[in-house]
Amino acid sequence: MVKGYEVVIGLEVHAELNTDSKIYCSCKNQFGLEVNSQVCPICMGMPGTLPTLNKKVVDYAIRMGHALNCSINRVCKQDRKNYFYPDLPKAYQISQAEVPLCENGYVDILVDGEERRIGVTRIHIEEDAGKLLHSDKFDGVSLVDLNRCGVPLIEIVSEPDMRSSKEAHVYLETLKSILQYLGICDCKMQEGSIRCDVNVSVHKPGEPMGTRSEMKNVNSFSAAVRGIDYEVERQISVLEAGGTIVQETRRWDDVKGISTSMRSKEDAQDYRYFPEPDLLTIVVEQERVDELKATIPELPNIKILRYVKEFGLNIKDATFIAESVELAGFFDACMAKGRFGAKCYTTWILGELVKFMNETGKTLADTKLTPENLTDLAEVIENKTISNAGGKKVFAVILNEDKPVAEIIKEQGLAQVSDDSVLEKIADEVLAANEKSVNDYKGGKTNALGYLVGQCMKASKGKANPGKMKEIILKKIGE
Amino acid sequence: MELYEKNAWELSEMLKSKEISSAELTRSVFDRIKSVEDKVDAYLTLNEENAIETASEIDKKRLAGDQLSDLAGIPVGIKDNISTKGLRTTCASKMLENYVPPFNATVMDKMTNAGAVITGKLNMDEFAMGSSTENSYFKPTRNPFDTERIPGGSSGGSAASVAACEAVVSLGSDTGGSIRQPASYCGVVGLKPTYGSVSRYGLVAFASSLDQIGPLGRCVKDVAMVQSVIAGHDGMDATSAYREYPDYAAALNADIDGLRIGLPKEYFGEGIDPFVKQSVLNAVKEMEKQGAVVKEISLPSTDYALSSYYIISSAEASSNLARYDGVRYGFRAENYDGLVDMYERTRSEGFGDEVKRRIMLGTFVLSSGFYDAYYKKAKLLQRRILGEFTSQFRDVDVIATPTVPTTAFKIGENTDDPLKMYATDICTVTVNIAGLPAISVPCAYDEKGLPAGLQLIGNKFTEQTLLNAAYAYECISGGFRKPEL
Repeated sequence: MVKGYEVVIGLEVHAELNTDSKIYCSCKNQFGLEVNSQVCPICMGMPGTLPTLNKKVVDYAIRMGHALNCSINRVCKQDRKNYFYPDLPKAYQISQAEVPLCENGYVDILVDGEERRIGVTRIHIEEDAGKLLHSDKFDGVSLVDLNRCGVPLIEIVSEPDMRSSKEAHVYLETLKSILQYLGICDCKMQEGSIRCDVNVSVHKPGEPMGTRSEMKNVNSFSAAVRGIDYEVERQISVLEAGGTIVQETRRWDDVKGISTSMRSKEDAQDYRYFPEPDLLTIVVEQERVDELKATIPELPNIKILRYVKEFGLNIKDATFIAESVELAGFFDACMAKGRFGAKCYTTWILGELVKFMNETGKTLADTKLTPENLTDLAEVIENKTISNAGGKKVFAVILNEDKPVAEIIKEQGLAQVSDDSVLEKIADEVLAANEKSVNDYKGGKTNALGYLVGQCMKASKGKANPGKMKEIILKKIGE
Repeated sequence: MELYEKNAWELSEMLKSKEISSAELTRSVFDRIKSVEDKVDAYLTLNEENAIETASEIDKKRLAGDQLSDLAGIPVGIKDNISTKGLRTTCASKMLENYVPPFNATVMDKMTNAGAVITGKLNMDEFAMGSSTENSYFKPTRNPFDTERIPGGSSGGSAASVAACEAVVSLGSDTGGSIRQPASYCGVVGLKPTYGSVSRYGLVAFASSLDQIGPLGRCVKDVAMVQSVIAGHDGMDATSAYREYPDYAAALNADIDGLRIGLPKEYFGEGIDPFVKQSVLNAVKEMEKQGAVVKEISLPSTDYALSSYYIISSAEASSNLARYDGVRYGFRAENYDGLVDMYERTRSEGFGDEVKRRIMLGTFVLSSGFYDAYYKKAKLLQRRILGEFTSQFRDVDVIATPTVPTTAFKIGENTDDPLKMYATDICTVTVNIAGLPAISVPCAYDEKGLPAGLQLIGNKFTEQTLLNAAYAYECISGGFRKPEL
């Protein structure tokens, strides 16, 4: 609710798929190469050329469909969306109109600790357009780079289920991490590999939905948040001033922080969609749909919920681990051993491991750390074979060396002394040499105990089990 | 008899036996072009130098004992909407007046690999839209049987060049009759293959779901020879059919004993010239004498075919031709004010009237609010028309009809009446709508000496049956008659 208004947001997300080649020709699908170097007669729309569908694109889109709980339309067509623009060489975009490859799905997201289900209307496949280059250097002329023509896209259309810019933001982040989990999109905002259009309307509670506006040119998730907040404020102030909202397409200017009207509903383009006659109907066997479903891992949004519910992680830690395919896989394998609680592992993962990764720029795969050796380490700390400090030393070794924990402890002499007779002998010597402190303690200065334990530890060259040492001292001076 | 007058299969034997050389043959054809081209105007671009060079190379290969195809060394003309690498491909449009494709159509790769000698690019109606070749931006082509008359269209250059012996065989394209109709008007044989049997890659699209490249020749055997070369699955064309394609020429057989011929009553009714009607019926009677079994059939949706055809083809054309926007290649208006004005002026000045008419028609039928009433209905009719054909092909092997309702009309006679012009396609469009193969063979000459064609329609992928039936009829009728020029 903003100023007594309910906010309704729907998003259209375009994600570029990272297939090796383009959707309708064999040109390389790669960003950042020399202008007009990744083109052929087909993606340049030369007369007489024909598209042939890259089947990988269908596979990738179906996997995303499964990830978002969609039903898969095993039989569907591709359609032409007709419009003129210099970055569109054929003057039509091959897309899907009536029947998308995937539809009627949903994604569960966690907003402020609360689970929200966002409906996914449809996911369809289509081709990207080229890019216009405007520069003062070009003498008033615009140039066009067609490298991006025919880069495969999926468009993910949500239901108008989001109620705040924050929800929209979490939804976008969730889609991004799912795309990354599936490995089907590079998700580089700065390269435009994910883009979104935002639909916003407001209405008073209990009243029917308001008229929506669509906002284009939203180039980052944070821009989406700013754009939505701006649009909500704008619509409310129009309504408060007694005006009405018109259905229109607006353009977001992130630098100025404002949106401006591009065209109203009356000027809306008629894309004259019709079935693409150059391509056959897409028919995917049920078997293939099932095979692809089997490739879907547990997804980050689901993991976060599980980590919070089952393991009692806080949302921040759960999100951090779940959003990394690597860390989550490691954490899950550790938990599967059933030996220690989540806290034990997250302390190591979010502490020493992440510190190491940040400092060295290495990934988990670059280390020799395994769920087995980490569990072994936790074991020897728990049974007090080594101290926590000793544990950190062992951890530093198992990051780089494939060596059993026990061997490292032996080599480095890290084993703690827990033998009563040895510890008592040390205690006797230390107490005899520190009569003053003993008396201080007996006189009520309890902090003298710490000093005495420290002296014992020193005398044992750090190997004494500090807990046990303390117990023995207490027993002796408490007598 | 001059070399240029001979049929491809005869020339092929002469070349094989080294009785003649391809260079000799090619020169003969170009001599013929020089002597009659100003009367016929079949060509838009001549490829003489390259043709002679290719011919000499083929001769060298032959002398070296290389294994060559039947078509090796034969001069072939190509319709100007088939992309030829390095050779101007205009579609007879101002829009592509200076367009030189950077790649070959798949059929051109096949023809070149077979050793065909490309004589040049043939005139047509602009972007294959038309029935008379009068819609060429450059010039009308004339009917070799009467140069005051049209050769038909849109493959008018392909038919006229073969009839005038300016090419031994040619390639055309057929979207609604564009191979068969000019073949009929010019007294030659033209085959429209099954949709999907010849790759469309590199054929400049008019209506993607209907377009098909096919051969024209002075006899059935020549057409079969070319079809054997160009048919085949192509990974570059998603609508290309994956199957085995026979060597049609090798399997050619004139035995039609037991062949079941259907005569659809809808194709012999109103609008069909009595002479044409009688000629076709006579031809069928001749075939009956050879053992064919004739049966009257009905294809009731035929009446709706023409409107469905113009809706579907124009809709697809409006989208296919949108790319000619002056941005990247082809014509761009000289003076304009901003992007939209550049688009408008370029397309207004670059396209001819008929093309613009179809783009407007196609844009209209796809518009929101009209789509269901026109395009969707036309597609439903398409399914029904195909269904009617399919059910008839349970009882008959081929369906015989006139190719065109009349013989060739005079240049300028129908140019002011598009509907009358469209009506000349009445017997041919159903075949494209149903994706079927059909062949036109000359069957009679009217009192002015103008040829009329017999159209034989077959079920999908029964080209061999059609060619055999046409061959049998040709053996009876005597086939091609050379016009006086």
